[in-house]
Amino acid sequence: MSDKKDITLTINGRDHNVSVDPRWTLADVIRDHCGQTGTHLGCEHGICGACTVLVDDAPVRSCLMFGVQADSKKIRTVEGLAKGEEYHPLQKAFMENHALQCGYCTPGFLMLATGILEAQPDISDDELNDVLSSNLCRCTGYANIVKAVRAARDEMKAAS
Amino acid sequence: MKPAAFEYHAPTTVDEAVTLLAEHAPNDGRILAGGQSLVPTMAFRLARPTHLIDINNVADLDKLVIEDGALCIGATVRHAQFHTPACDGVLGHLLTDVVSNIAHYPIRQRGTFCGSVAHSDPASEWCMVSATLDATMVAQSASGERLIPAAEFFETVMTTTLNEDELLREVRIPLLSDDTLYGFQEFNRRAGDFAISMTLVTYRLEGGKITDPHIGVGGAEDRPRRIAEAEAALAGQVPGDDAFRAAADAAAAAIDPMEDHATNAQYRRDLTATLVRRALENAAS
Repeated sequence: MSDKKDITLTINGRDHNVSVDPRWTLADVIRDHCGQTGTHLGCEHGICGACTVLVDDAPVRSCLMFGVQADSKKIRTVEGLAKGEEYHPLQKAFMENHALQCGYCTPGFLMLATGILEAQPDISDDELNDVLSSNLCRCTGYANIVKAVRAARDEMKAAS
Repeated sequence: MKPAAFEYHAPTTVDEAVTLLAEHAPNDGRILAGGQSLVPTMAFRLARPTHLIDINNVADLDKLVIEDGALCIGATVRHAQFHTPACDGVLGHLLTDVVSNIAHYPIRQRGTFCGSVAHSDPASEWCMVSATLDATMVAQSASGERLIPAAEFFETVMTTTLNEDELLREVRIPLLSDDTLYGFQEFNRRAGDFAISMTLVTYRLEGGKITDPHIGVGGAEDRPRRIAEAEAALAGQVPGDDAFRAAADAAAAAIDPMEDHATNAQYRRDLTATLVRRALENAAS
């Protein structure tokens, strides 16, 4: 019943020309039609945050946007964090602070944290706690995620 | 958990959007703004709209300006635009205090003020703010514009007096004078979750006595509204524990609380009394 639309998704600086059914979520288009499977899908209704990506630098739930809505927008996913062999400060901090166990929620947490630390490099511990409450993790108990993001915040500030 | 198929429309003007809405609304065509409530509902297939009219590319709907003594909030203004004051004065600070209670940071990047108001969840903070501050809703259809006072807008759970061919183009909130005092309180069991009850109170002082009190309650009843009985208990009183408790008790007695599997009516009543009292204390401090 619905016609496919031709769109261009710019994911981590690379253009993907795809023909999408309007009902496909951005998460599904990124994973199934652009081959970028680092973005994970948990609940598919906006609660868990595993699918968080940056759209024009803002962290959003990619399960609550349709792919067709992201035409010509700048999308960043977990695959874009490392620079070649060099991990992003957040990725390093997650490893050093044991901020992941099964790792399923990690791409969402990394993109959420990337978005907030870029927008507010001086964010306070309390504000950070509130932002990190956006996503769910069933392994870590959150304490190590909070520790890692604080460490990355401090390192990114020192480096800038 | 995948939405059913629909036809997608991406108008670029308001005229085009309301023309499409007039054509498709009778067949369950819907407006898509931030999508943070509609898309989950579609994922569960509780909603299966046949047409979605995406207004995100419509010029002029992102306006957030002061006109004729009111803050005018266009249909695609996101919650996140209130993270810092959207206008000078008391109203800007009030909206910034409220916004951090709405869902979570990523949801606030996409969800819209007007979308929340049109969706009309009883637990919506913006619906309660609109009701408490006597906002005016600007409904636009192909046949013209209609102004709806907040007191005549919210009917019941997720039901408003907006007609199916009308787009909520804008919400206008009257600015608050510099001497307006306000307090906001919300209770839920998890950060970002739906309010079990919440309240916004505003008043001014004249000769040490309370004047022009507004006490709005949301989340407790099937729709947000000002509670006249509580306002009457407060008007003309000297601010303090006696007056605040009397207004809080009046609010609790006046409401007709919703019940659910975890929350009975008495619980919501008691909670509302506590929240109203605390909000009045916040306003006075």
